[in-house]
Amino acid sequence: MFIPCDRGGDAAAPDFKGFTLLMPAVSVGNVGQLAIDLVISTLDMTKVGYFYTDCLVPMVGNNPYATAEENSTELSINAEVYSLPSKKLVVLQIRSPFIKNKYRSFCETLLSWVKSSKCARVVLLSSSHAYQRDDEQLLGTPLRYLLTPDLEKAVGGRMKELNWKEMEKVAAYPGISDTDKVLHIPGGGITKLLFTESCSEGIQMAVLLKFCSEGDNIPDAFVLVNYLNEWLQLIKSEVSTNNNSTDPSSQWKIPSSWRLLFGNGHPPALF
Amino acid sequence: AFLSSFILDSVCWEVVGVVKLWNEWCRTSSTTNVLPTDSFCLFYRLIADPTVLLCQCSCYVAEDQQFQWLEKVFGSMQKKGLQVTILSTCPVADYKTQESTLTLVSPFLKALKTKEFQEQVCCPLLEQPNIVRDLPAAVLSYCQVWQIPAVLYQCYTDVIKLDTVTIEAFKPLLSSKVLKSLAKDASESTKILKKFLTTSETHNNIYI
Repeated sequence: MFIPCDRGGDAAAPDFKGFTLLMPAVSVGNVGQLAIDLVISTLDMTKVGYFYTDCLVPMVGNNPYATAEENSTELSINAEVYSLPSKKLVVLQIRSPFIKNKYRSFCETLLSWVKSSKCARVVLLSSSHAYQRDDEQLLGTPLRYLLTPDLEKAVGGRMKELNWKEMEKVAAYPGISDTDKVLHIPGGGITKLLFTESCSEGIQMAVLLKFCSEGDNIPDAFVLVNYLNEWLQLIKSEVSTNNNSTDPSSQWKIPSSWRLLFGNGHPPALF
Repeated sequence: AFLSSFILDSVCWEVVGVVKLWNEWCRTSSTTNVLPTDSFCLFYRLIADPTVLLCQCSCYVAEDQQFQWLEKVFGSMQKKGLQVTILSTCPVADYKTQESTLTLVSPFLKALKTKEFQEQVCCPLLEQPNIVRDLPAAVLSYCQVWQIPAVLYQCYTDVIKLDTVTIEAFKPLLSSKVLKSLAKDASESTKILKKFLTTSETHNNIYI
Protein backbone atom coordinates (compact mmCIF):
# COMPACT_ATOMS: atom_id res chain seq x y z
CA MET A 1 0.00 0.00 0.00
CA PHE A 2 1.04 3.59 -0.54
CA ILE A 3 2.53 5.35 2.49
CA PRO A 4 3.43 9.02 2.00
CA CYS A 5 6.84 10.21 3.22
CA ASP A 6 5.52 13.31 4.93
CA ARG A 7 2.85 12.47 7.39
CA GLY A 8 3.23 15.09 10.09
CA GLY A 9 0.78 17.82 11.05
CA ASP A 10 -0.65 19.77 8.18
CA ALA A 11 1.22 18.04 5.35
CA ALA A 12 -1.40 17.09 2.80
CA ALA A 13 -1.27 13.63 1.26
CA PRO A 14 0.00 13.82 -2.32
CA ASP A 15 -2.80 14.08 -4.86
CA PHE A 16 -2.40 12.01 -8.03
CA LYS A 17 -5.76 12.77 -9.57
CA GLY A 18 -5.39 12.94 -13.34
CA PHE A 19 -1.72 11.98 -13.23
CA THR A 20 0.01 9.44 -15.44
CA LEU A 21 1.46 6.57 -13.43
CA LEU A 22 4.66 5.25 -14.94
CA MET A 23 5.97 1.95 -13.63
CA PRO A 24 8.19 -0.98 -14.61
CA ALA A 25 7.48 -4.68 -14.79
CA VAL A 26 10.24 -6.81 -13.29
CA SER A 27 11.08 -8.51 -16.56
CA VAL A 28 13.92 -9.90 -18.66
CA GLY A 29 17.04 -7.75 -18.43
CA ASN A 30 15.31 -5.47 -15.90
CA VAL A 31 14.90 -3.06 -18.82
CA GLY A 32 11.73 -1.46 -17.47
CA GLN A 33 13.38 -0.76 -14.13
CA LEU A 34 16.52 0.67 -15.75
CA ALA A 35 14.39 2.91 -17.95
CA ILE A 36 12.48 4.16 -14.90
CA ASP A 37 15.81 4.91 -13.18
CA LEU A 38 16.70 7.12 -16.15
CA VAL A 39 13.37 8.95 -15.97
CA ILE A 40 13.63 9.61 -12.22
CA SER A 41 17.27 10.63 -12.43
CA THR A 42 16.91 12.94 -15.46
CA LEU A 43 13.73 14.68 -14.31
CA ASP A 44 15.15 14.97 -10.76
CA MET A 45 11.91 13.65 -9.34
CA THR A 46 11.06 13.97 -5.64
CA LYS A 47 10.32 10.92 -3.55
CA VAL A 48 6.81 11.26 -2.14
CA GLY A 49 6.18 7.87 -0.59
CA TYR A 50 6.71 4.15 -0.30
CA PHE A 51 4.75 1.27 -1.74
CA TYR A 52 4.97 -0.94 1.33
CA THR A 53 4.13 -4.52 0.46
CA ASP A 54 4.83 -8.09 1.48
CA CYS A 55 4.99 -9.16 -2.16
CA LEU A 56 8.54 -8.02 -2.93
CA VAL A 57 11.85 -9.28 -1.55
CA PRO A 58 13.08 -6.70 0.99
CA MET A 59 16.17 -4.64 0.27
CA VAL A 60 17.57 -1.27 1.40
CA GLY A 61 20.37 1.00 0.34
CA ASN A 62 21.29 4.65 0.25
CA ASN A 63 19.87 7.09 -2.27
CA PRO A 64 20.45 5.66 -5.76
CA TYR A 65 20.03 9.04 -7.43
CA ALA A 66 22.51 10.88 -5.23
CA THR A 67 24.27 13.74 -6.93
CA ALA A 68 26.23 15.09 -3.95
CA GLU A 69 27.38 14.21 -0.45
CA GLU A 70 24.34 15.90 1.10
CA ASN A 71 21.65 13.90 -0.65
CA SER A 72 23.45 10.55 -0.63
CA THR A 73 22.42 9.46 2.83
CA GLU A 74 18.70 9.06 2.38
CA LEU A 75 17.56 5.48 2.77
CA SER A 76 15.70 3.81 -0.11
CA ILE A 77 13.62 0.65 0.04
CA ASN A 78 12.40 -1.85 -2.55
CA ALA A 79 9.38 0.05 -3.90
CA GLU A 80 9.09 3.82 -3.86
CA VAL A 81 6.92 6.50 -5.42
CA TYR A 82 8.29 9.66 -7.03
CA SER A 83 6.36 12.56 -8.46
CA LEU A 84 6.69 15.55 -10.78
CA PRO A 85 3.50 17.62 -10.52
CA SER A 86 4.56 19.99 -13.32
CA LYS A 87 4.27 17.13 -15.79
CA LYS A 88 1.43 15.39 -13.91
CA LEU A 89 3.69 12.40 -13.63
CA VAL A 90 3.94 9.90 -10.81
CA VAL A 91 6.46 7.07 -10.98
CA LEU A 92 6.61 3.82 -9.06
CA GLN A 93 10.03 2.18 -9.00
CA ILE A 94 10.36 -1.50 -8.05
CA ARG A 95 13.81 -2.67 -7.05
CA SER A 96 13.50 -6.34 -6.17
CA PRO A 97 11.87 -9.53 -7.48
CA PHE A 98 8.47 -10.82 -6.44
CA ILE A 99 8.12 -13.34 -3.67
CA LYS A 100 6.76 -16.65 -4.91
CA ASN A 101 2.96 -16.78 -5.30
CA LYS A 102 2.56 -13.08 -4.57
CA TYR A 103 2.12 -11.77 -8.14
CA ARG A 104 -1.64 -11.75 -8.08
CA SER A 105 -1.80 -10.14 -4.67
CA PHE A 106 0.54 -7.38 -5.84
CA CYS A 107 -1.49 -6.73 -9.00
CA GLU A 108 -4.68 -6.44 -6.97
CA THR A 109 -3.09 -4.02 -4.48
CA LEU A 110 -1.57 -1.96 -7.26
CA LEU A 111 -4.73 -1.67 -9.32
CA SER A 112 -6.82 -0.79 -6.30
CA TRP A 113 -4.32 1.99 -5.51
CA VAL A 114 -4.55 3.23 -9.11
CA LYS A 115 -8.31 3.44 -8.78
CA SER A 116 -8.34 5.05 -5.33
CA SER A 117 -5.74 7.67 -6.27
CA LYS A 118 -7.69 8.46 -9.47
CA CYS A 119 -4.71 8.28 -11.82
CA ALA A 120 -5.75 9.03 -15.36
CA ARG A 121 -3.71 6.26 -16.93
CA VAL A 122 -0.91 3.77 -16.30
CA VAL A 123 2.12 3.26 -18.52
CA LEU A 124 3.96 0.00 -17.93
CA LEU A 125 7.51 -0.42 -19.20
CA SER A 126 8.44 -4.01 -19.84
CA SER A 127 10.45 -6.43 -21.93
CA SER A 128 10.13 -9.88 -23.45
CA HIS A 129 12.54 -12.64 -24.37
CA ALA A 130 14.14 -11.93 -27.74
CA TYR A 131 14.63 -15.63 -28.45
CA GLN A 132 10.88 -16.25 -28.42
CA ARG A 133 10.24 -14.07 -31.44
CA ASP A 134 8.85 -15.66 -34.57
CA ASP A 135 10.30 -15.10 -38.05
CA GLU A 136 8.33 -11.95 -38.71
CA GLN A 137 9.17 -10.38 -35.39
CA LEU A 138 12.88 -10.88 -36.02
CA LEU A 139 12.69 -8.22 -38.71
CA GLY A 140 12.09 -4.56 -38.03
CA THR A 141 11.72 -2.77 -34.73
CA PRO A 142 12.09 -4.69 -31.43
CA LEU A 143 9.64 -2.31 -29.74
CA ARG A 144 5.96 -3.01 -29.22
CA TYR A 145 2.98 -1.42 -27.53
CA LEU A 146 -0.36 -2.54 -26.08
CA LEU A 147 -3.37 -0.46 -25.11
CA THR A 148 -6.38 -1.38 -23.01
CA PRO A 149 -9.69 -0.72 -24.83
CA ASP A 150 -10.34 2.42 -22.75
CA LEU A 151 -7.00 3.96 -23.64
CA GLU A 152 -7.23 2.79 -27.27
CA LYS A 153 -10.09 5.24 -27.79
CA ALA A 154 -8.04 8.11 -26.40
CA VAL A 155 -4.60 7.58 -27.90
CA GLY A 156 -4.90 4.83 -30.52
CA GLY A 157 -4.67 7.46 -33.24
CA ARG A 158 -1.43 8.87 -31.85
CA MET A 159 0.20 5.43 -31.95
CA LYS A 160 -0.72 5.17 -35.63
CA GLU A 161 0.81 8.57 -36.29
CA LEU A 162 4.01 7.48 -34.57
CA ASN A 163 4.01 4.37 -36.71
CA TRP A 164 4.26 2.10 -33.69
CA LYS A 165 3.80 -1.63 -33.87
CA GLU A 166 1.23 -3.36 -31.72
CA MET A 167 2.25 -6.55 -29.91
CA GLU A 168 1.12 -9.48 -32.00
CA LYS A 169 -1.01 -12.25 -30.62
CA VAL A 170 0.25 -15.78 -31.09
CA ALA A 171 -1.54 -19.07 -31.63
CA ALA A 172 -2.52 -20.74 -28.38
CA TYR A 173 -1.20 -24.02 -29.75
CA PRO A 174 1.71 -23.30 -32.09
CA GLY A 175 1.70 -25.40 -35.21
CA ILE A 176 -2.06 -25.76 -35.29
CA SER A 177 -3.29 -23.00 -37.57
CA ASP A 178 -6.93 -22.72 -36.62
CA THR A 179 -6.53 -22.07 -32.90
CA ASP A 180 -7.40 -18.91 -31.05
CA LYS A 181 -4.81 -16.19 -30.89
CA VAL A 182 -3.69 -15.21 -27.41
CA LEU A 183 -1.43 -12.59 -25.90
CA HIS A 184 1.90 -14.10 -24.90
CA ILE A 185 4.67 -12.09 -23.23
CA PRO A 186 7.41 -14.52 -22.20
CA GLY A 187 9.84 -13.02 -19.72
CA GLY A 188 7.51 -10.12 -19.04
CA GLY A 189 6.85 -10.90 -15.40
CA ILE A 190 3.49 -9.48 -14.33
CA THR A 191 2.95 -7.58 -17.60
CA LYS A 192 0.31 -9.87 -19.04
CA LEU A 193 -1.53 -10.22 -15.73
CA LEU A 194 -1.61 -6.47 -15.12
CA PHE A 195 -2.71 -5.80 -18.69
CA THR A 196 -5.54 -8.33 -18.72
CA GLU A 197 -6.75 -7.21 -15.30
CA SER A 198 -6.71 -3.57 -16.44
CA CYS A 199 -8.71 -4.48 -19.54
CA SER A 200 -11.40 -6.13 -17.49
CA GLU A 201 -11.49 -3.38 -14.85
CA GLY A 202 -11.69 -0.50 -17.31
CA ILE A 203 -8.33 1.00 -16.37
CA GLN A 204 -6.50 2.98 -19.03
CA MET A 205 -3.18 1.21 -19.40
CA ALA A 206 -0.45 1.24 -22.03
CA VAL A 207 2.34 -1.32 -22.14
CA LEU A 208 5.58 -0.40 -23.89
CA LEU A 209 8.00 -3.27 -24.28
CA LYS A 210 11.20 -4.23 -25.98
CA PHE A 211 12.43 -7.63 -27.10
CA CYS A 212 15.78 -8.25 -25.46
CA SER A 213 18.04 -10.78 -23.76
CA GLU A 214 19.86 -10.76 -20.45
CA GLY A 215 23.25 -9.08 -20.59
CA ASP A 216 24.29 -5.46 -20.62
CA ASN A 217 20.81 -3.99 -20.80
CA ILE A 218 21.75 -0.33 -20.54
CA PRO A 219 21.40 0.25 -24.31
CA ASP A 220 17.99 -1.49 -24.16
CA ALA A 221 16.94 0.88 -21.38
CA PHE A 222 17.91 3.89 -23.50
CA VAL A 223 15.98 2.54 -26.48
CA LEU A 224 12.90 1.94 -24.35
CA VAL A 225 13.00 5.31 -22.64
CA ASN A 226 13.41 7.09 -26.00
CA TYR A 227 10.40 5.11 -27.26
CA LEU A 228 8.42 6.34 -24.27
CA ASN A 229 9.62 9.87 -24.92
CA GLU A 230 8.33 9.82 -28.49
CA TRP A 231 4.85 9.64 -27.03
CA LEU A 232 4.98 11.39 -23.65
CA GLN A 233 7.61 14.00 -24.55
CA LEU A 234 9.14 13.99 -21.07
CA ILE A 235 12.34 15.61 -22.31
CA LYS A 236 13.01 17.64 -25.41
CA SER A 237 14.95 15.82 -28.07
CA GLU A 238 17.56 18.23 -29.36
CA VAL A 239 18.79 17.94 -32.89
CA SER A 240 22.39 16.81 -32.86
CA THR A 241 24.66 19.06 -34.94
CA ASN A 242 27.03 16.21 -35.77
CA ASN A 243 24.86 14.02 -37.90
CA ASN A 244 21.76 16.17 -38.06
CA SER A 245 19.56 13.52 -36.45
CA THR A 246 17.38 13.62 -33.37
CA ASP A 247 19.03 11.50 -30.72
CA PRO A 248 17.94 12.25 -27.17
CA SER A 249 20.08 9.51 -25.59
CA SER A 250 22.63 12.02 -24.40
CA GLN A 251 20.00 13.99 -22.50
CA TRP A 252 19.17 11.15 -20.12
CA LYS A 253 21.12 11.33 -16.88
CA ILE A 254 22.62 8.06 -15.69
CA PRO A 255 22.10 7.64 -11.92
CA SER A 256 25.08 7.17 -9.62
CA SER A 257 23.86 3.71 -8.58
CA TRP A 258 24.62 2.33 -12.05
CA ARG A 259 28.30 2.20 -11.18
CA LEU A 260 29.95 -1.20 -10.91
CA LEU A 261 27.06 -3.10 -12.54
CA PHE A 262 29.47 -5.76 -13.65
CA GLY A 263 31.59 -6.19 -10.54
CA ASN A 264 34.51 -4.61 -8.77
CA GLY A 265 37.87 -3.58 -10.04
CA HIS A 266 40.28 -6.41 -10.64
CA PRO A 267 43.14 -7.22 -8.26
CA PRO A 268 46.36 -5.67 -9.55
CA ALA A 269 48.25 -8.88 -8.81
CA LEU A 270 46.31 -10.59 -11.60
CA PHE A 271 48.57 -9.13 -14.27
CA ALA B 1 3.90 -13.87 20.95
CA PHE B 2 7.45 -13.39 19.90
CA LEU B 3 8.80 -14.69 16.64
CA SER B 4 12.19 -13.81 15.21
CA SER B 5 13.68 -10.37 15.42
CA PHE B 6 16.53 -8.22 14.22
CA ILE B 7 19.13 -9.97 12.39
CA LEU B 8 21.77 -10.87 14.71
CA ASP B 9 22.86 -13.54 12.34
CA SER B 10 26.28 -12.23 12.89
CA VAL B 11 27.59 -15.02 15.03
CA CYS B 12 30.20 -12.55 16.06
CA TRP B 13 27.70 -10.40 17.76
CA GLU B 14 26.16 -13.37 19.43
CA VAL B 15 29.28 -13.69 21.45
CA VAL B 16 29.56 -10.05 22.22
CA GLY B 17 25.88 -9.65 22.95
CA VAL B 18 25.40 -12.58 25.19
CA VAL B 19 28.63 -12.08 26.92
CA LYS B 20 28.58 -8.40 27.36
CA LEU B 21 25.02 -7.38 27.80
CA TRP B 22 22.86 -9.90 29.44
CA ASN B 23 22.29 -11.22 32.85
CA GLU B 24 18.58 -11.86 32.64
CA TRP B 25 15.66 -13.66 31.47
CA CYS B 26 14.80 -15.03 28.08
CA ARG B 27 11.76 -16.50 26.47
CA THR B 28 11.39 -18.98 23.65
CA SER B 29 8.97 -18.63 20.82
CA SER B 30 7.62 -22.14 21.18
CA THR B 31 5.36 -23.14 24.04
CA THR B 32 6.19 -26.81 23.80
CA ASN B 33 9.90 -26.22 23.86
CA VAL B 34 10.93 -25.28 27.36
CA LEU B 35 14.70 -25.06 27.00
CA PRO B 36 15.79 -21.60 25.83
CA THR B 37 18.82 -23.02 24.11
CA ASP B 38 16.64 -25.05 21.76
CA SER B 39 15.15 -22.02 20.11
CA PHE B 40 16.89 -20.17 17.32
CA CYS B 41 15.26 -16.83 17.93
CA LEU B 42 15.52 -15.53 21.41
CA PHE B 43 14.49 -12.31 23.00
CA TYR B 44 16.26 -11.00 26.02
CA ARG B 45 15.19 -8.22 28.23
CA LEU B 46 17.41 -6.25 30.54
CA ILE B 47 16.24 -6.79 34.12
CA ALA B 48 17.63 -3.49 35.27
CA ASP B 49 15.82 -1.66 32.49
CA PRO B 50 12.84 -3.53 31.02
CA THR B 51 12.58 -1.12 28.13
CA VAL B 52 15.73 -2.60 26.61
CA LEU B 53 15.21 -5.69 24.47
CA LEU B 54 17.72 -7.77 22.62
CA CYS B 55 16.94 -10.34 20.03
CA GLN B 56 19.23 -13.09 18.84
CA CYS B 57 18.30 -14.66 15.60
CA SER B 58 20.63 -17.45 14.59
CA CYS B 59 18.46 -18.93 11.91
CA TYR B 60 17.66 -17.85 8.40
CA VAL B 61 14.24 -16.25 8.02
CA ALA B 62 12.96 -16.95 4.53
CA GLU B 63 11.78 -14.10 2.33
CA ASP B 64 8.14 -15.12 2.51
CA GLN B 65 8.26 -15.19 6.31
CA GLN B 66 10.00 -11.86 6.86
CA PHE B 67 6.94 -9.66 6.57
CA GLN B 68 4.89 -11.70 9.03
CA TRP B 69 7.86 -11.85 11.38
CA LEU B 70 8.03 -8.06 11.39
CA GLU B 71 4.32 -7.59 11.85
CA LYS B 72 4.24 -9.97 14.83
CA VAL B 73 7.31 -8.56 16.55
CA PHE B 74 6.67 -4.87 16.01
CA GLY B 75 2.96 -5.36 16.43
CA SER B 76 3.50 -6.25 20.07
CA MET B 77 5.79 -3.30 20.70
CA GLN B 78 5.02 0.27 21.45
CA LYS B 79 6.41 2.32 18.58
CA LYS B 80 6.52 5.67 20.32
CA GLY B 81 10.02 6.38 21.53
CA LEU B 82 11.26 3.14 19.99
CA GLN B 83 14.78 2.95 18.68
CA VAL B 84 16.20 0.00 16.81
CA THR B 85 19.78 -1.16 16.29
CA ILE B 86 20.52 -4.05 13.95
CA LEU B 87 23.78 -5.93 13.66
CA SER B 88 24.68 -8.21 10.81
CA THR B 89 27.58 -9.68 8.89
CA CYS B 90 28.11 -10.33 5.25
CA PRO B 91 30.95 -11.66 3.08
CA VAL B 92 33.35 -8.98 1.89
CA ALA B 93 33.10 -10.43 -1.63
CA ASP B 94 29.61 -8.92 -1.80
CA TYR B 95 30.99 -5.42 -1.28
CA LYS B 96 31.06 -3.35 -4.46
CA THR B 97 33.91 -0.95 -4.83
CA GLN B 98 36.13 0.52 -7.51
CA GLU B 99 39.16 -1.42 -6.27
CA SER B 100 39.32 -5.15 -5.88
CA THR B 101 38.04 -6.54 -2.57
CA LEU B 102 41.35 -8.36 -2.15
CA THR B 103 43.07 -5.07 -1.43
CA LEU B 104 40.52 -3.98 1.15
CA VAL B 105 41.34 -4.22 4.82
CA SER B 106 38.63 -6.41 6.30
CA PRO B 107 36.68 -6.82 8.46
CA PHE B 108 35.13 -3.36 8.33
CA LEU B 109 31.84 -1.86 9.42
CA LYS B 110 29.35 0.07 7.32
CA ALA B 111 26.08 1.60 8.45
CA LEU B 112 22.66 2.45 7.08
CA LYS B 113 20.17 4.57 8.97
CA THR B 114 16.56 5.67 8.68
CA LYS B 115 15.54 9.26 8.25
CA GLU B 116 14.47 9.58 11.90
CA PHE B 117 17.79 8.39 13.31
CA GLN B 118 19.58 11.51 14.47
CA GLU B 119 22.48 10.16 16.50
CA GLN B 120 26.05 9.78 15.43
CA VAL B 121 26.84 6.52 13.64
CA CYS B 122 29.98 4.66 14.67
CA CYS B 123 31.34 4.03 11.20
CA PRO B 124 31.02 5.27 7.59
CA LEU B 125 27.71 4.90 5.79
CA LEU B 126 27.26 2.22 3.16
CA GLU B 127 27.89 3.77 -0.22
CA GLN B 128 25.94 3.18 -3.39
CA PRO B 129 25.71 0.86 -5.27
CA ASN B 130 25.82 -1.46 -2.26
CA ILE B 131 22.57 -2.81 -0.84
CA VAL B 132 21.45 -4.92 2.08
CA ARG B 133 19.09 -7.89 1.81
CA ASP B 134 17.15 -10.38 3.95
CA LEU B 135 15.88 -9.78 7.46
CA PRO B 136 18.10 -6.75 8.22
CA ALA B 137 16.68 -5.08 5.10
CA ALA B 138 13.14 -6.03 6.05
CA VAL B 139 13.52 -4.52 9.53
CA LEU B 140 15.16 -1.35 8.26
CA SER B 141 12.49 -0.93 5.55
CA TYR B 142 9.78 -1.26 8.17
CA CYS B 143 11.46 1.37 10.36
CA GLN B 144 11.95 3.77 7.45
CA VAL B 145 8.32 3.50 6.32
CA TRP B 146 6.86 3.82 9.84
CA GLN B 147 9.31 6.58 10.82
CA ILE B 148 11.10 4.70 13.60
CA PRO B 149 14.73 5.74 14.24
CA ALA B 150 16.87 2.76 13.35
CA VAL B 151 20.44 1.98 12.41
CA LEU B 152 21.95 -1.09 10.79
CA TYR B 153 25.62 -1.97 11.25
CA GLN B 154 26.85 -4.41 8.65
CA CYS B 155 30.25 -6.03 9.10
CA TYR B 156 31.97 -7.15 5.93
CA THR B 157 34.28 -10.04 6.70
CA ASP B 158 36.36 -12.51 4.75
CA VAL B 159 36.19 -15.25 7.37
CA ILE B 160 33.26 -17.64 7.41
CA LYS B 161 33.82 -19.12 10.83
CA LEU B 162 33.59 -17.45 14.22
CA ASP B 163 36.73 -15.46 14.89
CA THR B 164 37.87 -12.75 17.29
CA VAL B 165 38.87 -10.26 14.63
CA THR B 166 35.38 -10.07 13.16
CA ILE B 167 33.80 -10.01 16.59
CA GLU B 168 36.01 -7.14 17.60
CA ALA B 169 35.15 -5.22 14.47
CA PHE B 170 31.90 -4.40 16.26
CA LYS B 171 33.73 -2.80 19.17
CA PRO B 172 33.18 0.80 17.98
CA LEU B 173 29.51 0.25 18.77
CA LEU B 174 30.29 0.03 22.46
CA SER B 175 30.94 3.74 22.46
CA SER B 176 27.50 4.52 21.05
CA LYS B 177 24.82 6.02 23.26
CA VAL B 178 22.68 2.90 23.20
CA LEU B 179 25.32 0.34 24.05
CA LYS B 180 27.63 2.29 26.32
CA SER B 181 25.62 1.56 29.45
CA LEU B 182 25.08 -2.05 28.50
CA ALA B 183 28.66 -3.07 27.94
CA LYS B 184 30.10 -5.67 30.26
CA ASP B 185 33.49 -5.69 31.89
CA ALA B 186 36.31 -6.20 29.36
CA SER B 187 38.11 -9.08 31.09
CA GLU B 188 34.94 -11.12 31.38
CA SER B 189 34.24 -10.69 27.67
CA THR B 190 37.71 -11.88 26.76
CA LYS B 191 37.23 -15.01 28.86
CA ILE B 192 33.91 -15.87 27.23
CA LEU B 193 35.25 -15.09 23.77
CA LYS B 194 38.01 -17.63 24.34
CA LYS B 195 35.49 -20.23 25.44
CA PHE B 196 33.40 -19.82 22.29
CA LEU B 197 36.39 -20.14 20.05
CA THR B 198 37.72 -23.29 21.71
CA THR B 199 34.34 -24.97 21.34
CA SER B 200 34.22 -24.31 17.63
CA GLU B 201 37.80 -25.36 17.09
CA THR B 202 37.22 -28.91 18.30
CA HIS B 203 34.56 -29.36 15.64
CA ASN B 204 37.00 -28.23 12.97
CA ASN B 205 39.40 -31.00 13.73
CA ILE B 206 39.14 -33.65 11.06
CA TYR B 207 41.32 -36.06 12.92
CA ILE B 208 39.62 -38.01 15.62
